[in-house]
Amino acid sequence: MAKKKFNKESIKNIVIVTLSLCFFASLVVSFVSVSLRDLQEQNEIFEKRRNILEAAGVIGTGEQISFEELEREFSNIRIKVVDFDSGEVVEGIDIDAYDPIKSSKDVEASISLSKARDIAGLKRRENRGKVYEFLKDGEIETIVLPIRGYGLWSTLYGFLALDGSGKMVKGITYYDHAETPGLGGEVDNIKWKNSWKEKTAFDENGEVVIRVLKGRASPDSKTEIDGLAGATITANGVDAMIRFWLGEDGYGKYLRNYVFK
Amino acid sequence: MASNDLKVIKKNILDPVFDNNPIALQVLGICSALAVTNNLKTSAVMSLAVIAVMSLSNLSVSLIRNYIPSSIRIIVQMVIIASLVILADQILKAYAFAISRQLSVFVGLIITNCIVMGRAEAYAMQYPPVKSFFDGLGNGLGYSLVLLVVGFFRELLGAGTLFGYVVLRTTSEGGWYSPNGLMFLSPSAFFLIGFIIWAIRAWKPEQNEEE
Repeated sequence: MAKKKFNKESIKNIVIVTLSLCFFASLVVSFVSVSLRDLQEQNEIFEKRRNILEAAGVIGTGEQISFEELEREFSNIRIKVVDFDSGEVVEGIDIDAYDPIKSSKDVEASISLSKARDIAGLKRRENRGKVYEFLKDGEIETIVLPIRGYGLWSTLYGFLALDGSGKMVKGITYYDHAETPGLGGEVDNIKWKNSWKEKTAFDENGEVVIRVLKGRASPDSKTEIDGLAGATITANGVDAMIRFWLGEDGYGKYLRNYVFK
Repeated sequence: MASNDLKVIKKNILDPVFDNNPIALQVLGICSALAVTNNLKTSAVMSLAVIAVMSLSNLSVSLIRNYIPSSIRIIVQMVIIASLVILADQILKAYAFAISRQLSVFVGLIITNCIVMGRAEAYAMQYPPVKSFFDGLGNGLGYSLVLLVVGFFRELLGAGTLFGYVVLRTTSEGGWYSPNGLMFLSPSAFFLIGFIIWAIRAWKPEQNEEE
C-alpha cells in the first residue's frame, strides 16, 4: 500500500469510483447491445410476420412456427403498396424495401395530420401503406392491414385482418406495445383477440361500424367489442385506430376501390 | 482453498434454499413470483435470469467492495445490478424471443427485486468475491425453487400441461380434466406460496416467528 492510508470516503475517490463504474457499465451494455442487435432485429421481423399470419387466422393465436414454415406461408402472400389519398395501388416500387413506419417520420413521404383528423394520435401519417393479401383461386381470401395508434403509454403496433369481402373482421394482433401488463396489456389476451373474429367492420354503405366499448358488448351484437377492464384509455386507443385505419385517411379508399363487392 | 472456505460456500448455497429462503422466510421478491409463474417455461427462464444476475452482481460488488465509498454504495450497487439486468434482457431478446415477450417487463424488473440488492448490501459488501458469488447463486436457487414449485402447480392445475406437454387432458380437448381457471390468475400464486411457507415451517419449526 502507499504510505498515505487510502481513504475510500474522500471526494476524490467518490468521483473516481463513479466515473470508472459508469464508464465500465456503459461499455459492457453498449457492447452487448450492438453485438446482439442483428439477431434481435431478425426476431422482430419474424414476430411481425408471425403476427400477420396470426391475424389472418393461418396459424392459431400465440402459436409458434418454425422459420421455414413462416417463409413458406409468407411466400404465398401478395403484398401491395397502396396510396392512401387516391386509394390506388402504387406500381414500380421495391415492396420489400418500403417501410411505412419509417416513411411516417419522413416529411417528404408523409403528411401532418390536423388534430381533428388525427384520432389515432399519430401526428404524421405516411402517404403509402402496405396491404397483405392472402389469395385463394385468384380471389382475395383475407386482407391484412397494418394498424397503429396511441394507447395510454405507448404506440400500439398491430394488424387487422378482414375477409375477402373486406367487411368482416378475421382477426387482430398486436406485435409491439408498452401498455400496462394485466390492464392495457390485455390487448394480447387470447380470449379478447378471438372476440374480434366474425365481427362486422363496415355496414352496407361502407361506414365503419365496429366499436370497442367501455364495458361489456351485448353478446349478440355483430359490431361491438368488449372494452378492457381497467384500461379505458388503451381500449379507446384501439377503437380510434381501427376507425382511423379503416376510414378515409386510412385504407378506406383502397378497400372501396378494390376489395368491397 | 481451506476446507473452512468450502464449508462456507456450501452453506451459502444450501442455506437460502430451505433454511433461509428469500421468498418463503424473508418474503421478498413476491411481485415477480406472482407475475411469471403461470407456466413452468417462463418460471424456469426467469429463475435462470435471476440466478445469473444475482451471482454476478454479488461477485462484482464484492470485487470492488473495498473501493466503494459508503455514501454512494447503494447507487453503485444499483448501477451494477441494472447493467446486468439489461444484459440478461438483451440476451433473452436475442436468443429466446418468444419467452422474452411473455416475460415482458418482469425481466427488467429484476432490478427492483429486493433479494438482489438485499444480498449485495448484506453479504457482498463484507465478504470476498468467491463466497459472495456462491451466496448470490444460493439465493437465486432459493428463489428459483419457489418459482418452479409455484409454476409446476399453476401450469398443471391451470392448463393440465407441464412445459407445454399435456399431462392431464382437458375437457376442451376431449379429456376428463376440467382446468382450474383461478390458477391462471396471479392470486393463485399467493395461495401456493402460502402453502409452501406452511409446508417449510411445518418441516422446520425453528422458522416460526416467536409469539
